[in-house]
Amino acid sequence: MKLSAQALTLGFPGRVLCRDLSLAVLPGECWAVLGNNGSGKTTLMHALAGVRGPLAGSVRVDGTPLAAVGAAKRARLIGLLLQEETQEFWGSVVEYVALGRYPHRRSLLGYDRDAERLARSQLERMDLARLADQALSTLSGGERQRARLALVLTQDPAFFLLDEPLQHLDLRHQTSVLDWFAELARASGRAVLMALHDPALARRYCDHAVLLYETETPLVGPAEQVLTSDNLGRLYRVPLPL
Amino acid sequence: MPRPLLILALFAMLGAVSLCWGLVSGSVPLSSADVLRAFAGDAPGAVGDIVFKIRLPRVFAGFACGGLLALAGALLQVLLRNPLADPYVLGISGGAGLGILGATSLGVGYAGAQLAGLGGALSAVLVVFGLSFRAGDWNLYRLLLTGVVFSAGCSALISLILLLAPQAAVKGMLFWMLGDLSEATSAWWPWLALATCGTASVVGSGALNVMMLGRSKAISLGVPVAAAEVAIYLLASAATVTSVSLAGTVGFVGLIVPHLVRLLGVTDYRWLIPSAILGGGALLSLADTAARSLWAPLQIPVGALTALMGVPLVLVLLARRR
Repeated sequence: MKLSAQALTLGFPGRVLCRDLSLAVLPGECWAVLGNNGSGKTTLMHALAGVRGPLAGSVRVDGTPLAAVGAAKRARLIGLLLQEETQEFWGSVVEYVALGRYPHRRSLLGYDRDAERLARSQLERMDLARLADQALSTLSGGERQRARLALVLTQDPAFFLLDEPLQHLDLRHQTSVLDWFAELARASGRAVLMALHDPALARRYCDHAVLLYETETPLVGPAEQVLTSDNLGRLYRVPLPL
Repeated sequence: MPRPLLILALFAMLGAVSLCWGLVSGSVPLSSADVLRAFAGDAPGAVGDIVFKIRLPRVFAGFACGGLLALAGALLQVLLRNPLADPYVLGISGGAGLGILGATSLGVGYAGAQLAGLGGALSAVLVVFGLSFRAGDWNLYRLLLTGVVFSAGCSALISLILLLAPQAAVKGMLFWMLGDLSEATSAWWPWLALATCGTASVVGSGALNVMMLGRSKAISLGVPVAAAEVAIYLLASAATVTSVSLAGTVGFVGLIVPHLVRLLGVTDYRWLIPSAILGGGALLSLADTAARSLWAPLQIPVGALTALMGVPLVLVLLARRR
């Protein structure tokens, strides 16, 4: 299974964020996407997940254009952690996380029978088991972020696209989240692609990287070739001795 | 018993009570035995007529209209991602009002005015949908704004009609605007609409739960969002048009009943939809029975009572919930 992008141009009508981006994500790989604010990290995630199409180029799963893959099948293949969720959710934490099973539903009404059990096990993984029956609206920013991660884990896709998975998390949970997703890629054959802001974490956890420059063609490749002091210094416009 | 099931059972019982109360109460009080005898076919003619020709259609029509309004409110609150959305926010009541009041002021009879109201409501659906939906570009912000602007235009015209209409016709117009079931003589078609819209909504309730998370998240979880949004709009419109054409613009039910169900701890749409339908039906049915019984033979507009009965209940629940 392969998630690939060919010659993507990302942006909005009247504003191009990046051009000529091609990549191929394979099972077992862990990718970092690095770039300054407004460089197109979120837009890339949305394009790869099929949430918003690119201005040009194509995204394919195993050679099939993403637009030709049915909505539910696409959601079973690709899970997206959004940077922001604007909606207020009125239900409990476990009800929220169980929504991750929607693409796997076997009945018209909603989820498979194991939805709640799977949701609770992922909440335990994200250190939120004791808050499972609380209203989601009562959670702190970091707790809510872990609930969102638990939802994507409950979705159990082949490709995890995580837009800033570490936002709002304390140091302990940052480490445990990255440890878990790196392990998931290594041991379970899932692929992970995450937008990060810390090059040191990217070097430590990821085997591939994308650098989104504002004025240059994106750099894509193995982490040890892409995440060099020179490349990162040009990306962030600050000296970065590694 | 799980809480959602408990709440659903509670509303089902309340619905049954509201229907029974509606059959025995009115300007001519009947006992339960009278009603049972009427159903058995051995009640005096007048009692049978009261039960079968007057109360049964009205009580069941009221219940169906309440259920339809609560359903439309619950659907539009998801569609517009706005907890303050109600069935009338997209201009259907304005269109229906303009049709009915315009026809009445021109001297058209009851049936003609009802048809004009139905035409007005359907026109509102078509105009608002047509102006906000363009192929491949369904914009909810534009939908909401178009609906609100359309409503404002209709309200202005309705005000003019009220000012210019003959004094004798104004009271009937005001009754319609506040919501009135006194002309409800048939219950089968609102029940058909309720069964159709309710079943479709329950079948799609899993998607409604996901859509509460916003458009992007719903797409990433496999909901065909654009098609679902159009379907929700059409279902909510069908429910509202049916209710408005039968009972006028009954307020409060569509906005508050879904919130009432949520305040009772049911937020999962698989349970919220049937609970809201039963709750809305029970509330409107109880309010209508009270409206025609408490000050009999005087009848007051049912819309005034839905608010009077519902407001304290919701305020108490809001105060108790932290």
